[in-house]
Amino acid sequence: MNGTSPLLIVVAAIFTSNILLASFLGMCSFLACSRQIGTALGLGTAVIFVMTCTTAINYGIYHGVLVEGAPLLSTDLTFLTFIVFIAVIAAFVQFVEMFVERFSPGLYHALGIFLPLITVNCAILGASLFMVIRSYSFFQSVGFGFGGGAGWALAITLMAGLRKKMGYSNVPKPFRGVAIIMIITGVMAMAFMGFAGMVSIQ
Amino acid sequence: MSGNSSCAPGGACGKGLCGGLCKQTLREGTWGNNPISMQILGICSALAVTNKLENSLVMGAALIFVCAMSNLLVSLLRNATPRRIRMIAEVAIIATFVIIFDQILKAFYWDMSKNLGPYVGLIITNCIVMGRAEAFAMQNPPVVSVVDGIANGLGYAAVLGVIGFFRELAGSGKILGHVVLSPDWYSGNQVMILAPGAFLALGFLIALANLIKPVKEETT
Repeated sequence: MNGTSPLLIVVAAIFTSNILLASFLGMCSFLACSRQIGTALGLGTAVIFVMTCTTAINYGIYHGVLVEGAPLLSTDLTFLTFIVFIAVIAAFVQFVEMFVERFSPGLYHALGIFLPLITVNCAILGASLFMVIRSYSFFQSVGFGFGGGAGWALAITLMAGLRKKMGYSNVPKPFRGVAIIMIITGVMAMAFMGFAGMVSIQ
Repeated sequence: MSGNSSCAPGGACGKGLCGGLCKQTLREGTWGNNPISMQILGICSALAVTNKLENSLVMGAALIFVCAMSNLLVSLLRNATPRRIRMIAEVAIIATFVIIFDQILKAFYWDMSKNLGPYVGLIITNCIVMGRAEAFAMQNPPVVSVVDGIANGLGYAAVLGVIGFFRELAGSGKILGHVVLSPDWYSGNQVMILAPGAFLALGFLIALANLIKPVKEETT
């Protein structure tokens, strides 16, 4: 990747190439946990934190161990990328859970159920894979992880607000449930396309 | 993640070769309990790769392969796997088969591998595969588990095929790269190729499935 500023990547990851609305990642928990604004915010915060840290760790492991001629192990192990990344994410989430439980019980109870859910959130793995495909530098990766998480949190919070409002509207019967949510997400994605001219990363 | 437990009851198919049960499993996976339209699982990749029919078909094939093979292995190992570490064992098995498919794709179909980008790797976190391994293969013998894997993969592939067909047709007037709607009188609708079209197409597809086969009402 060229020398795009990490700050620019943060902005772009939130608005122009939102990880949920443009790359479709993290849909499952987006659909399941967007009923309440509080829940959405809690999960969003957890995702921002985990995504920023796991992209940083995965960057270190990928460039330190896996690629050919890496400083720690010179064999080409890139075919192990998927399994290493998912193991790192699972282990990190487990570690954070234990750490938070020990040192901040209040936060633990607030985030409690969301932390395990994050392991299976494909946005987290997706961010690490995008990092490899777009060959970001370290700071660009961290910026992308943070921006991606923030973009996801923004989208799920917006959706939670909209679902609250939608409780008062009369939705046609076949569309009730997931169908109408997909269509609203489509409209949201169109709205976010309005940012497209601002910055672009690929 | 959906607490749907309508798969065949465990143990019921323990006797001999399962004739009727295989058929029932097949029907459940492809239509009655279709992973995408009924259980709303594995949406991410269903949206991301469907801008062309070709991509959708390859992705469908990937899922059939991974789902069938991981169901087989999980089922073979089901009595040897301790309950406490079964999740991590399932993830490791699934990741192995995803890596195999990814390597095959990279070796023989490099362009397609580029097109699909990170979404092949994301099959690991696709809830369909994980869900079938956890809900079905852990309780059932190998043969019927493979059938279940293939059935769910087929159900997924069918939905992807339908969405891919309409998005490519509406978006660029082509099917599998062949021009169907001549650009002389049909100008492609770019929205259908871009992200919003995917959400809209899937939304209408789910609504259509609800219309044909009503599910119990869910509060929004």
